Amino acid sequence: MACIRGERPVFSGVSFSLEPGGALTLVGPNGSGKSSLLRILAVLLKPAGGTLTWEGAPVDQDWTAHRQRLHYVGHLDAVKPTLTATENLRDWARFRGAARAAPGALEALGIEELADVPGRFLSAGQRRRLALARLLAAPAPLWLLDEPTVTLDADASARVTAMIAAHRTDGGIAIVATHGEIALDGAGRLELGEHAVSADMLMTEADGESEEEEQW
Amino acid sequence: MVGVFLRLVGRELTLAVRGGIGTLMAVVFFVIAVTLFPLGVGPELGLLSRIAPGAVWVAALLAALLSLDRLFVADHEDGSLEQLMLGVLPIEFVVLAKAVAHWLTTGLPLAAAAPVLALLLNMSVDGLVILIVSLLLGTPILSLIGAVGAALTVGLRRGGALIALLVLPLYVPVLIFGVGAVEGAVLDVGVHANLSILAGGLVGALVLGPLAAAAALRMTVE
Repeated sequence: MACIRGERPVFSGVSFSLEPGGALTLVGPNGSGKSSLLRILAVLLKPAGGTLTWEGAPVDQDWTAHRQRLHYVGHLDAVKPTLTATENLRDWARFRGAARAAPGALEALGIEELADVPGRFLSAGQRRRLALARLLAAPAPLWLLDEPTVTLDADASARVTAMIAAHRTDGGIAIVATHGEIALDGAGRLELGEHAVSADMLMTEADGESEEEEQW
Repeated sequence: MVGVFLRLVGRELTLAVRGGIGTLMAVVFFVIAVTLFPLGVGPELGLLSRIAPGAVWVAALLAALLSLDRLFVADHEDGSLEQLMLGVLPIEFVVLAKAVAHWLTTGLPLAAAAPVLALLLNMSVDGLVILIVSLLLGTPILSLIGAVGAALTVGLRRGGALIALLVLPLYVPVLIFGVGAVEGAVLDVGVHANLSILAGGLVGALVLGPLAAAAALRMTVE
């Protein structure tokens, strides 16, 4: 899989596959394409080359089905300032197709006492906890997390690590971009810095993109 | 799916209500703009009733523009837009829900305020009824075309001014047929042709507006 942003090649030759219960941490310096790779996996961004498969079938055959099986938590928290934490969470669960937010999501992140507080009164870390609560409010097998613990304190980081572990025990997959704050047991490690390309390299290997597999 | 769509409309309305005075801005602007006409051209009733359909419709057009620039910008900035794209609702219907909410918070109040203002401009009762009907048919088109303009400019700094430039030329047919219907009623020469064209335009905008805006939003998120 290869990626080009704004005519600038970011990475190429990235290839991996994950089993149920598997996890992958994406590491690399700033600008090495960790966020871009996650956005490609979330089909928010089209790859410049390569394919993405799920249980052997390319996901571009059915974007909608792929969207429904993934959760993407990016750098933006998608928390509305005028809605309370509960309302924010309920809406996102509904938009994901769940009838209602699964109970216990706020508790799992330790923000149950903030349930009726409007988003504008939440701190950056509390907003981030609320964004991560979406993962539990409407279940999905594939978690794509972009530096999930970046504004979190030690307690919340531990909760997130435990959440990911529980998710994997249930057969879920987690792909986490990180600068090393999160340690996942038995997780693969993809060093994106090693796949960086310069413009002239990309010219010569136009057909050389490798396949990316993501098997269930 | 319908439930999700209604939930999104409800969410937009909640956000609008809790957003405070900004929601009423369009109507307040509309009222002030129309009251400027008698002050500007003088209290001559014949002249006022002559310009009333055009004055009310032009003011409605400009008022509908006011809140358009925020239609997608807030969702884009806080990450809600990309989450909505990952939701079960196709982005076309997300656009439609937003346009519906925009119409409920601007177009509908405009249509409700219009008869009072038209009375101020000495419009006849026949004209008032058709004015309401033409606004009810025309303002949803304004919201739908406006959604396309808002989607195209969502990633831009100072997109608001650009929306006006993009969208106002497309508003011209709505203005012509809206005013035509009201004048037809005032002069008693028939209103059906103009209202039918407005209704046809509404059907077309309902289909094409969400498609065009969705395509623009996909490019923005990428």
